Amino acid sequence: MSTPAKGAPGFFSSQNKRSEINEWRLMLSNEKEGVRKDAVKKVIAAMTVGKDVQMLFSDVVKCVQTNNIELKKLVYLYIMNYAKTQPDLAILAVNTFEKDATHPNPLIRGLAVRTMGCIRVGKIVEYLADPLRRAIKDKDPYVRKTSAVAIAKLFDIDKQMAIEQGFIESLHELLTDPNPMVVANAVKALSEIAENSEQVTLDFTPDIIRTLGAALNECTEWGQVFILDALSTYNPRDEKEALEISDRVVPRLQHANSAVVLSSVKVILRMMRWVGNADEVKNLSKKMSAPLVTLLSSEPEIQYVALRNIDLIVQRRPGILAKDIKMFFCKYNDPIYVKLEKLEIMIKLASERNIDTVLLEFKEYATEVDVEFVRRSVRAIGRCAIKLERAAQKCIDVLLDLILTKVNYVVQEAIIVIKDIFRRYPNRYEKIIGTLCANLETLDEPEAKASMIWIIGEYAGNIENADELLEIFVETFHDETPQVQLQLLTATMKLFLRRPEVTQDLVKQVLKLCTDESENPDLRDRGYVYWRLLLSDPAAAKNIVLAEKPVISDDTSTLPKNILDDLINHIATLSSVYHKSPELFVSDYKKKSSTLPNRSPSPPPSQSNQDVFGTSQQQLPPPTTTTNKSTDLLGGLDELLGGITTTAPIPTSRQSHPSDDPFGLDSMMMPDSNYQQSSSSPMVKSIPKNLLLSAQKGQGLEIYGAVVNQQGSIKYSLSLSNQSQQTLTGFAVKFNQNCWGLAPTGPLNCPALYPGQTENVMLPLGRQSQANTTKKNNILQVAIKTPQFPQPVYFQDKFNMTVLFENHGKLGEQDFLNAWGSLPDELATELVPTQPGWNKEDVRGVLAGHNVFYVANHSDQTAVNYYYSAKFVFDGQEYVVVMELMFPNGSNRFNLSVKIADMTFAAVISENISSLLLQ
Amino acid sequence: MISAVLILNARGHVLISRAYRDDVDPRSIASAFRSQIIATKVSDRSPVKTVGSVSFMFVRYEEMFLLAVTKLNSNASLVFEFLYKLIEILKAYFDGKLTEESLRENFSLVYELLDGKIVRAFGADTGLEIVDFGYPQNCEAQVLKSIITQGGMKDVKPHELSQRLKEMTGAVSWRKDGLKYRKNEVFLDVVESVNMLMSAKGSVLSSDVSGKILMKCYLSGMPECKFGLNDKLMLAAEKRKGSGRKSYKEIDIDDTNFHQCVKLGNYEQDRTISFTPPDGEFELMRYRITDNIVPPFRLLSPIVREVSKTRLEVQVTVRSVFNNRLFGKNVVVKIPCPKNTAKCKIHVASGKAKYKAETSAMHWSIKRFPGDTEFSLSAEVELISSTLEAKKWSRPPISLEFQVPMFTASGLHVRFLKVYEKSNYQAIKWVRYVTQAGSYENRI
Repeated sequence: MSTPAKGAPGFFSSQNKRSEINEWRLMLSNEKEGVRKDAVKKVIAAMTVGKDVQMLFSDVVKCVQTNNIELKKLVYLYIMNYAKTQPDLAILAVNTFEKDATHPNPLIRGLAVRTMGCIRVGKIVEYLADPLRRAIKDKDPYVRKTSAVAIAKLFDIDKQMAIEQGFIESLHELLTDPNPMVVANAVKALSEIAENSEQVTLDFTPDIIRTLGAALNECTEWGQVFILDALSTYNPRDEKEALEISDRVVPRLQHANSAVVLSSVKVILRMMRWVGNADEVKNLSKKMSAPLVTLLSSEPEIQYVALRNIDLIVQRRPGILAKDIKMFFCKYNDPIYVKLEKLEIMIKLASERNIDTVLLEFKEYATEVDVEFVRRSVRAIGRCAIKLERAAQKCIDVLLDLILTKVNYVVQEAIIVIKDIFRRYPNRYEKIIGTLCANLETLDEPEAKASMIWIIGEYAGNIENADELLEIFVETFHDETPQVQLQLLTATMKLFLRRPEVTQDLVKQVLKLCTDESENPDLRDRGYVYWRLLLSDPAAAKNIVLAEKPVISDDTSTLPKNILDDLINHIATLSSVYHKSPELFVSDYKKKSSTLPNRSPSPPPSQSNQDVFGTSQQQLPPPTTTTNKSTDLLGGLDELLGGITTTAPIPTSRQSHPSDDPFGLDSMMMPDSNYQQSSSSPMVKSIPKNLLLSAQKGQGLEIYGAVVNQQGSIKYSLSLSNQSQQTLTGFAVKFNQNCWGLAPTGPLNCPALYPGQTENVMLPLGRQSQANTTKKNNILQVAIKTPQFPQPVYFQDKFNMTVLFENHGKLGEQDFLNAWGSLPDELATELVPTQPGWNKEDVRGVLAGHNVFYVANHSDQTAVNYYYSAKFVFDGQEYVVVMELMFPNGSNRFNLSVKIADMTFAAVISENISSLLLQ
Repeated sequence: MISAVLILNARGHVLISRAYRDDVDPRSIASAFRSQIIATKVSDRSPVKTVGSVSFMFVRYEEMFLLAVTKLNSNASLVFEFLYKLIEILKAYFDGKLTEESLRENFSLVYELLDGKIVRAFGADTGLEIVDFGYPQNCEAQVLKSIITQGGMKDVKPHELSQRLKEMTGAVSWRKDGLKYRKNEVFLDVVESVNMLMSAKGSVLSSDVSGKILMKCYLSGMPECKFGLNDKLMLAAEKRKGSGRKSYKEIDIDDTNFHQCVKLGNYEQDRTISFTPPDGEFELMRYRITDNIVPPFRLLSPIVREVSKTRLEVQVTVRSVFNNRLFGKNVVVKIPCPKNTAKCKIHVASGKAKYKAETSAMHWSIKRFPGDTEFSLSAEVELISSTLEAKKWSRPPISLEFQVPMFTASGLHVRFLKVYEKSNYQAIKWVRYVTQAGSYENRI
């Protein structure tokens, strides 16, 4: 090159540098390789310290034509750095890259592919495809590994081409590579591509999963993380496979790298969804707890990530760390972000057993230096009071102690939480109001003031000088924030309604202030509403303003189930740190439904408010429908009613069970087989589930259920709903001896039940020979146990005996007549249909669905008769039941007659059949 | 994964920046970091922060920030682990000191490391990369160092090349083949850090030991090592096999984690720790124990009384509770004082004590603290009275530092270390124990 480049004017400000560049330029075209090499080195040294040397681009690129490997690499480095700004020139080097991609030295081959991928210019793509395709099949693992990453790069530059040219399939093939590092990088590239593209899905076959598992043991720590992250998106086929995968992953929990540990936890938690066996679940949970705690002794930033994840895990499976609360005590020198997270987890793990030590800790924290930490500690005490009813008194004592310290922000925070405690336990702790009132003058924050005013208003009847106290605030009415003003207005109203005689002036003054002098529309509107209420109907005003408020519960940091599910799938990632779904912060994250599998054994959504928004578990709700939304709605309403804008949200879970589900979600989402049966033959009405165990009796566990017969196999169709405040896991079930020998043949496959959640479960039943045959009835006595209950809960169910009928119970006409004739006794019942749309034509279909078989009919002038037969086995002996249904003409009523050799059964059978008929 | 790695100084000026993907521009990243994170003091409140669509993850080290950015939902724990690995690697290169200074002096070396390109190593031709396209690849400082050296031209002969490649992609990425030592030696250091938190009333709130076993290996060839502790479960496993003969004091290990060389499958199966060690120094395992810990020092009901607004009375007695044949080294008791301390009159029976204003605490140091003895300190602290209504003193805890050689607070000891190698040499083994203070605090 003879003419000096004209670019980069700033560079030429110094004569020295100019000559330097020229000198390098000359050196670069020197015929001696050594000189050229030195020159490139100098250029690169200049480049790394930030000097602009792009004007030498073409000179440097020329040097790539060499057999000297080192020189070649230097040039590659240079090209990579400047290719973006000089794309056309970079293409000049393409020939060399292509040549190098077939170089005998595997490193050069790999390097060429790697560098080409780094030249992020659209044009390079067409040249890249061929060498890349060769590299994928290279005999050297290093080259193959590099090519796997290069595919991800290619995809980043040109998605369409990467897919059309079949590189995605190539990645899939690399998954079965014998070399673990190749597998790890391929799996990483593939998962990243799948995450950001609609067209590519991660679909692992069980074989691939096995290779991944094998590679896991042999690759570097980073490779292990890649593989584990990929495994955590897999849906195993069954429990066995889920356990196999967990077993492979469990040893990784011992790895020194926290990323490996957290990703393993993610895989195991996912696999646990498929595991029904309570012992296995317990075992796996136990294995995770110690490694999770160990993460707390790593560097603070890693601790932070771990703690954010533990927060999620504790919400999902509180049992895992229940005993380790001490490990979450804050150390004096922990960074603030670690302390705050530990605090959050301590609140979640606090229970009546450990509350004393926990409160001591919180009290200690409340004397520390960092104001935010102190405030949160004080708030934590209040949150524990709200969470644990029996510990509330203790918490209040601690709060009162703290108020005595007179530290301004501690007092204010304490008053804010005490307001919440008052809302949770109305009329229980008003004795302490005196102490609170003594601190009126220290309050200078709006929230604290508003809380105090709310307390005064709420207990206006008990506070003698309430009017004086409120007057203090009224004096400075105009200086207060709207929050305080609103509260003051409502409190004055409450006071007036309780003691109208003395506070007339005050209320007038405040109403005037709000309506005439305030410019805040909310305040003005509320003022007018109150005013008019008072004018038109004081009694109604009383009803509205002094209405009873719903009791609050603490769910400040609990996530709705569907969001929690999603986040659990993203453990260890940023998403789990932010507690936000990736869609919310990754711009082109695939907007696919998140991964709750169809095969998951947890069919219907729980019947809580949030799920109504989501309609189905498959779909994430729009980002705004978190708890906050419902809180705001209720909170706003509450405010209208004269309450206070609470910080602790109002509970959102409704006490409801499947049968009053207004959306019919329950029947839509019934376990598949049940659903299919009823859809394929709509005539058959299934046996309705009865309330077996009420929440009061079941320590918060509510059970509906019925024994059903599904194509010959008897099952207990149960819906369990957790109405307690704790998560229930590890259900086990046992039957008392019964005359039919009915007993569960498998475990109760119920996944963990979070508070408010409902699950439908099928418990397979079988009949054992050693039955207690002395009492003949259809009563089942059942005990259900979970580790969370101090003792098992019991319930009794009268099941419908028709489920035990054999499917070959049809008699021929002659046999029927013989049987009918030979059996002397008969139990006749008169039935009255009450259901509006009841039709006798449906009877046959209904009964056929329950193994009661139609034999013949007979009609005369007075009535129509239908004859039915059925069979069942009892104590090794087959019994035949014969029945007659008589529908008298012109009457709505009909008769059922039952005949059976052992008439002790007749009553039960008659009752059960009638219930089917009259359904 | 990682879109770019930057190293910035405390004011946010870029020292090193390397982009792996072009979805971010390092320059705007740096300025966003300055204005959104350093200026707003977010850096003290959280190690993760999103600005716009970019997530910042950073680690503070010696007045510097190591920053990784990404636009994807990356694995956060992996990124932090990587940043710490990077610190480790850089330290290994800069003789254990990673400072702004040492970075500035070694710019190009750092770039070489981050680029995975060796500019200076002549004839040595390995494309060993730490990161490719933001995926961490190989971060074993020992292996890297054997290839990329500062200015030193490590000569790797062509026939070693394929070997290198095997190391990088193979199962034993942490050890190179063909090592030879005249004397085969192994040094084991069991280092236990005792964490203890005592309430003002003297009851132990929480205590645990986090231990690590450091190994220095000078072994030839590809040795296979086996290693045994007096771990309850390990002993139980041996008894089942019928091979446990001697009876040991058994200890209960809560959790362990291992260097990647340890075969975790074997450990899961029968608690045997077997591995092929890397060459040189490394951390073999870490463990955590919470049961039956003997804290080597105790403070006997320390008194810090605020007599008046300007005066404080302090009385502290420290007792060593280990065998009197042993002794503690470099014991330092730090007794906090309020910020407005004017002077301290301190009387000590042993050691030296002095008030240090920069930490606002009295430092009482005892070089040699024999076992089973008691020393006490009494002091009067005078405070400057201030006209302002002073905020209440937060009474930080008294903290202790110490080392006790040949003592383990958990009772752990190494039962055996076996080395098997093809050539069947006898390796010489050395084991040392030391217990030191982790976070050893007593509230007052």
